[in-house]
Amino acid sequence: MKIVILGLGAVGKGILETIAEKKLGLIVTGVADSKSACIKEDGIDIRTVLTTKKETGICGNPSLTADDVIATASYDLLVEVTPTDANSGEPAYGYIKRALGRGAHVVTSNKGPVALYFNELQSLAQDKGVQIRYEATVAGAIPILHAMQHDLLGNTITALYGVLNGTCNYILTRMAEEGLSYKQALAEARELGYAEADPTYDVKGIDAGIKLVILANTVFGKNISLDDVEITGIDLLTDDALRLAEHQECTIRLIGEIVPKKDLFRISPRIIPKNHPLVVKGSLNAITISTDMAGELTFIGKGAGSIETASAILGDILYIRNEQCMD
Amino acid sequence: MQVSMKLEIRDSPGHLVAALSPISDIGGNIKTVIHEHDQENEEDSLSVEVVIEIPQERLENLITLFKERGIHVLKIGQERFSYRLSVILIGHLVHTDLADTIDQIDGTGYAEITHMNMAMPAIEERSSAQLMIRSVTRQDMEHALEILRKVAEKKGFLLIEPLEETR
Repeated sequence: MKIVILGLGAVGKGILETIAEKKLGLIVTGVADSKSACIKEDGIDIRTVLTTKKETGICGNPSLTADDVIATASYDLLVEVTPTDANSGEPAYGYIKRALGRGAHVVTSNKGPVALYFNELQSLAQDKGVQIRYEATVAGAIPILHAMQHDLLGNTITALYGVLNGTCNYILTRMAEEGLSYKQALAEARELGYAEADPTYDVKGIDAGIKLVILANTVFGKNISLDDVEITGIDLLTDDALRLAEHQECTIRLIGEIVPKKDLFRISPRIIPKNHPLVVKGSLNAITISTDMAGELTFIGKGAGSIETASAILGDILYIRNEQCMD
Repeated sequence: MQVSMKLEIRDSPGHLVAALSPISDIGGNIKTVIHEHDQENEEDSLSVEVVIEIPQERLENLITLFKERGIHVLKIGQERFSYRLSVILIGHLVHTDLADTIDQIDGTGYAEITHMNMAMPAIEERSSAQLMIRSVTRQDMEHALEILRKVAEKKGFLLIEPLEETR
């Protein structure tokens, strides 16, 4: 299968490295970063491209762009791993649309376009007889979308509860375990690279909210936007509150909640027993789903990280490849 | 509603089961049965304590059924509130009329704040308080919570709800 990759940050590089290392039967015919691109009909030399990127900061010819890759390269599947813009979804949204328009499958880790335009992109893909997959957009390495869309088919999923933001979970874990104040725990998270310089997106629950929108629209067949999610972040929590929860053998975690029957979509800090399966430590993610047949299932794993995200992306690519082989 | 009852029944085979059957017939749920041979009782009678869960409006009916079957109800103790929920409020709790915040729930008649644990770090800083709410039914708890959400919004509190309620 021929693929092209847009975006050569940590995730894009992780995917390329894995493809070079493991014999997966994938030929990379084009890559693009924000300043250049590289196209080769019979497959680029991955090692050379990675070395060039490392030494010069760009991956190929500065006169070529991502748009050139989309329009002129020869490929069956486009991997879109450019930075997320949660407000406009661009430029990823345009890239994905044009690739689907060409009749190529798309695999993305980009939350923006999936949260904003899922229904449109999905019907475009259907019209063209191709697939769009986005496992990496929610809970990193945890195959939660695949589990709900494939493995649990036939079940009715009555509720979903999840720890969907590793930064918040890290801060809350440190506040509970070390008695740190919110400010101290946030400063520590920043130093370790778990939190951005501007942590608003994480600590106010927006990132978790976007993931809830993706889950609601892709798995539960809803058509909601971020405005439909009731969001409370963790930035106003006190260390006293964690201690009060502790008195009852409980703690506080930022929980995303979907109850499809009630159209309930909520992100909020919640009191939760310390021995509850959703109480995971550090930057881990966890999701519990309630189903009518399989009962309750809890998934725990790494919600972020370049190799973990690459794992989800490769899973999607190879799923599409294997399905094609069966046709 | 949770009710504990002390019943006096005839101490002969089969009578205990027969005595308890009206409870499930009426839609009640038996939580526990403790039977004791009371010294003061006459030899052929047995006193049994049962704890049952039953809709409040059916309690009268159950007592009538017991009487019809010759079972004496010696004592009824009601645990009025069978649901409890613990929440945490963060904000300027005292200076926004704490009594009013509590009255909003206590005034409902179907739910009460029965316990409070508060931390007040400094005068200008926000306090944190854990409140225990008890209610008659699950639906009452949902209503009480709805009231508390509104109060929190109006007074600028952060309300932290539990993920699951306990009963």
